[in-house]
Amino acid sequence: MLEIALKHRFAGFTLDLALNAPGGITALFGHSGAGKSTVVNAVSGLLRPDLGRIAVGGDVVLDTEAGINLAPHRRRIGYVFQEARLFPHLDVRANLNYGARFAAPGPGVIRFDRAVEMLGLGALLDRRPGALSGGEAARVALGRALLSKPRMLLMDEPLAALDSARKAEILPYFETLRDEVKLPILYVSHAPAEVARLASSVALLEDGHLRAFGPARDVLADPGAAGGFGGRAAGALISGRVVAQDSDGLARVETAGGAIFLEAPSAPIGAQLGLQIHGADVTLALARPEQVSALNILRVTVLEIGAPDGPSVFVQLALGEERLLARLTTRSVAALGLRAGLECHAMIKAVSLASQDVTQRA
Amino acid sequence: MTLSLKVAGVATACSLPLGVAVAYALARGRFVGHGLLNGIVHLPLILPPVVTGYLLLMGFAPNGVIGAALARIGIRLAFDWKGAALAAGVMAFPLMVRAIRLAIEAVDPKLEAAASTLGASRFWVFVSVTLPLIVPGIIAGAITAFAKAMGEFGATITFVSNIPGQTQTLPLAIYSALQVPGGESSAVKLVVISITLALGALLVSEVLAKRVAARIAGRDA
Repeated sequence: MLEIALKHRFAGFTLDLALNAPGGITALFGHSGAGKSTVVNAVSGLLRPDLGRIAVGGDVVLDTEAGINLAPHRRRIGYVFQEARLFPHLDVRANLNYGARFAAPGPGVIRFDRAVEMLGLGALLDRRPGALSGGEAARVALGRALLSKPRMLLMDEPLAALDSARKAEILPYFETLRDEVKLPILYVSHAPAEVARLASSVALLEDGHLRAFGPARDVLADPGAAGGFGGRAAGALISGRVVAQDSDGLARVETAGGAIFLEAPSAPIGAQLGLQIHGADVTLALARPEQVSALNILRVTVLEIGAPDGPSVFVQLALGEERLLARLTTRSVAALGLRAGLECHAMIKAVSLASQDVTQRA
Repeated sequence: MTLSLKVAGVATACSLPLGVAVAYALARGRFVGHGLLNGIVHLPLILPPVVTGYLLLMGFAPNGVIGAALARIGIRLAFDWKGAALAAGVMAFPLMVRAIRLAIEAVDPKLEAAASTLGASRFWVFVSVTLPLIVPGIIAGAITAFAKAMGEFGATITFVSNIPGQTQTLPLAIYSALQVPGGESSAVKLVVISITLALGALLVSEVLAKRVAARIAGRDA
């Protein structure tokens, strides 16, 4: 869908990567200065890389060797910036309609009325951008990009400027967008939780190079790549279905590897959940532990032990068809004699499965 | 009085489009000769007005380089009100460009980049984003230029002389009135008119400046 090959040199820094993103949301993850913004700016046409080739759905928008470099306004690539960048002299309605007049006639990815409804903008249409909160402005910016009839969207840390309450307010809109509007999205983020909730593919960028790229599930469960997300935040994604909401407030979620208990008050019975289990929250035991408080004790098989990063290491575990990551010390790995193929028990406290790590999937 | 308004009005109106174009080029353009253009624009501000007037006279007199060409198509500038407008326009131009350039520089280039990703070409970005945001700056620039044009003396008297009814603008009339015995009373009248016009222009530009702030902040006006 989106083919990117780039080489770009800055003072003391070289970006060099090639990736071929499928549809859905592709998260471009990396820490500050990893080169994420350079990639999206090159895709949008706001930055001309030294060397590169970029094609969207087969249409070449940049090919430095062939001398092709489409201007941003000819690329039909929507861009949601970190700051909303709304036009201050236009009201919300005119901001939303801004792009449509430049687009070819015909239906876009979403109708105006539906975009307004989906993003909850009905009450804001006649307001000016200066009178909007950060969260409202972010929603308007998203609607404005969607209504410009783009063939794909770029999002450059659209939530980074918002506090955590506003983030929690916006994320569900992004999920609706992902599930309803089938538009390929390149989503730049340095928040692992956002990546885990939204992305179908993940590209892990480190110092201008691609450290890992693939389906979100595989990359998030890759013990070799996990360190790139930061030790505390790394963790595999598993999916399950809510089968019961117990009277003490815990939900019982059936996964491929057995039942997991967690707190998910908003999920109705039958809902499909995606949950990220942070590696640091997983404890391993060789024998089935008894008389422990941890509610979730799952039978797992060690698949792979990653390379040590200081005193800690990520261990990939098979939970039925699902994959789990556990972050352990190298000392524990040695003490337990962990190796590929060993069967053991993984313990996860129900309370460590926080609601921000849980997503309802359509 | 009417002549002064006509001269200043024509000077401002004719130089405005050029002023916006030059201000945009100076604010956003990166090209060879940027510094040179900046210097030429500011020249009338630094040079003694008499020198500017003399340079205009050399260029636009009927036997001057440009003047001869204009004379062939029937336009006479020297010693004519149109020449007074030219002199006033040239002298006011740097002030106009500075005001508009400041307004353009206050427009966040990120907004223009956003517009381009929404499908607007460079022309449309200017028309639909940059221009509306700088309208108050343009008006402020025009008013400053108008006030400067009303008061222009040195270049005007050098270029088009001081011909009553033809090139005698308000400041020239005040000067002339002071040259004749007993002319003080008519000079005072002219001075009062002059002060009123200047204060009026200042007031209008103040109001507009407030509007700029509100508009760029995106508040409801």
